[in-house]
Amino acid sequence: MPELTSPEGWLPLAFLLVMGLAMLAYVVLDGFDLGVGLLFPGADDAEKDRMIASIGPFWDTNETWLVLGVGVLLVAFPAAHGVILGALYLPVALMLAGLILRGVAFDFRVKARAVHKSHWNRAFFLGSLLAALAQGYMLGLLVMGFDTSMGAHLFALLIAACLVAGYALLGATWLIIKTDGALQRRAVRWAQGALWWTALGIVAISVATPLLSERIFAKWFNLPYLVLLAPIPLSTALLFFIVARSLRRLPVRLAEGNEYGAWVPFAGTVGIFLLAFYGLAYSLFPYLVIDRLTIWEAAAAPESLLIIFVGAVVVLPMIIGYTVFAYRVFRGKAADLRYD
Amino acid sequence: MASGLDALLLARIQFAANISFHILFPTITIALGWLLLFFKLRFNATGDSKWMDAYGFWVKVFALSFALGVVSGITMSFQFGTNWPGFMNTVGNIAGPLLAYEVLTAFFLEATFLGIMLFGYRRVSDGIHTLATVLVAVGTTLSAFWILALNSWMHTPAGFELRDGVAHATDWWAVVFNPSFPYRFAHMMLASFLTVAFLVAGVSAWRWRRGDRAPAVLATLRTGVALGATLVPVQILVGDLHGLNALEHQPAKVAAIEAIWETERGAALTLFGFPDEQARTTHAAVKIPKLASLILTHDWNGELRGLNEFVDEHPPVAPVFWAFRLMVGLGVLMLLVGVWGAVRLWRHPEPSPALARVLVGMSFSGWVAVLAGWYVTEIGRQPWLVQGVLSAAEAASAVPAPTIGVSLALYLLLYAVLTTAYVRVVFYLAAQARHAAPFGSRGRAEGPPVMPYVQPKA
Repeated sequence: MPELTSPEGWLPLAFLLVMGLAMLAYVVLDGFDLGVGLLFPGADDAEKDRMIASIGPFWDTNETWLVLGVGVLLVAFPAAHGVILGALYLPVALMLAGLILRGVAFDFRVKARAVHKSHWNRAFFLGSLLAALAQGYMLGLLVMGFDTSMGAHLFALLIAACLVAGYALLGATWLIIKTDGALQRRAVRWAQGALWWTALGIVAISVATPLLSERIFAKWFNLPYLVLLAPIPLSTALLFFIVARSLRRLPVRLAEGNEYGAWVPFAGTVGIFLLAFYGLAYSLFPYLVIDRLTIWEAAAAPESLLIIFVGAVVVLPMIIGYTVFAYRVFRGKAADLRYD
Repeated sequence: MASGLDALLLARIQFAANISFHILFPTITIALGWLLLFFKLRFNATGDSKWMDAYGFWVKVFALSFALGVVSGITMSFQFGTNWPGFMNTVGNIAGPLLAYEVLTAFFLEATFLGIMLFGYRRVSDGIHTLATVLVAVGTTLSAFWILALNSWMHTPAGFELRDGVAHATDWWAVVFNPSFPYRFAHMMLASFLTVAFLVAGVSAWRWRRGDRAPAVLATLRTGVALGATLVPVQILVGDLHGLNALEHQPAKVAAIEAIWETERGAALTLFGFPDEQARTTHAAVKIPKLASLILTHDWNGELRGLNEFVDEHPPVAPVFWAFRLMVGLGVLMLLVGVWGAVRLWRHPEPSPALARVLVGMSFSGWVAVLAGWYVTEIGRQPWLVQGVLSAAEAASAVPAPTIGVSLALYLLLYAVLTTAYVRVVFYLAAQARHAAPFGSRGRAEGPPVMPYVQPKA
């Protein structure tokens, strides 16, 4: 690790932070709107319109966090960008195809002829599924250090299935906040179904990662770290318990029109994602590719990084500011999506 | 190495396909954003509801174009790394900050305020809604600014030095405002406005021909024709200046555009012909003496360097030659139609049936001209990726050909379906528009109380 007082030392660290936050923002924000797409087949036509309305004003900005995250990887860590995206070429292509499909289906479904609407609905679901699966698969391969063995691919497939469940959980708990009536109660059931698959995915990654790398094993299972890090799995378990309990209690309350605690499952799920992300980041740091490439080895020239850093420091707070503004404008239950 | 060549070719086709598909939609949103602002400001100034109806219809086309632009743009950001790792390894220190500034200053701005612009009309004040329209337009233009700064730098690199084969910026001002940037930026902005002018005029004429006599139809038709008639001459002037700039910095490209094989003074302009790189001549050439020298150097006897001075270092001649003629031909057509339309609409408020039919035919002429123009400029830079610094072959990734083939097939299929769907849906929306309720006429949805619209003046 270079001197952290020198630009070569701290700039890569700062960009890792920006990239991490962008990816986290992407996973949580696009996670819930991808999740809404994943739940599409279970809803009737009127409900589909309301589900779309709940994410309509947001999905575009949500997806922009992916552009920022990948953009930072590209511009700040060019060496890692080539290695990572080269190894993930086909899943990346599939994810992009998925994102393209759902992004346009979103818009086409309301504008195309009525007879085509069901096709675009299907495209919206398939696109969301493809994107979620591909992202989970990529996460699995990243954790496996881009190992090409059969076992690694099977593991990646498992993670893909679990991430689909995780996004569905985010989507369903978002719908609990943004909708009402039968759709809201159905969202509670969707969330209950997705909860356990999400837990399985987190457990699988938590077990596999340390077993795969001695270095990661040492980082976790070593005093005093074992004690210092214990709050991460313990808080995760606690959040799962809180979400599960809330989902059990909500149907009765919601049937009475009582919205108290409707936000608990979503907030709890976001908390679970934050903790899982933090655990993963702790395991990987300071590597971008496990045990192969550190952030300092992969970083671009300091003078270029500084130019971007100055811009990011000025602009990112503004972005966060107007994003919060947009979410406030569209707070409350999802209304009809109307241009006027 | 045959397999390596195949992979390079496939990677190039894939990149060309991705960027060709992508450029269609920013081309529309860049200018349409400003046109929507114009509609909104006209309404605020006159109180005439036809301008709000125009806004209501074209904002739908904007949303659709924007969605396609966003999703195809995300593909672009991945392509740099997956297909052209050598690009980022060599000039990443230059390209990185420019791309990063695009995301930071433009992407988030557009994406966030688009939500408010599209769906926030009843939830925010009219002032905020207009501000959102302004910010979206500014965002699309900023996006074009950064991308064209990078693209122009690839044609006329400046403000950098090579250390161990890697480019490092020495003067960011010179990087951004590199020699060809002002011309390229102006040329592309005008191209976008012309594309939108003819799209708006064409779709409005299509509605007109179907008997849709809503006041907004005539208003947008007239706006489109006026915009086209005004801007085509400006574009021809800017295009000429852009050509002079290219001659100074990329003489091989200009020689390929004109299919000039030998260096000569008082070079003739080849109107048509079939450039043949093997025989190094142009078959069946129709020429006008001295005109190429006059146009390119503004001197009857100006010297033009021929392709034979750049053997193995000049772009493929035929595609550049033909794409340029297609672009210029469409420009001339746009000029004729623009002038005809302007004269007719000056004398008579309504379009003649013939004019309406021609305008419908010209609806997507801007797209074709823009694609042809980009082919001229991008193929014209070959074999370089960054002129004089990095060749395309050096930048290609080692991804095996079959892998690229699979993703290419996937993208091509998707692009064909989506382009067809886009065009059909635009016309379907146009057919439905006459049944749409006037903008802002229905009951208020839930949300905080907002300022009422400006009352129409009596």
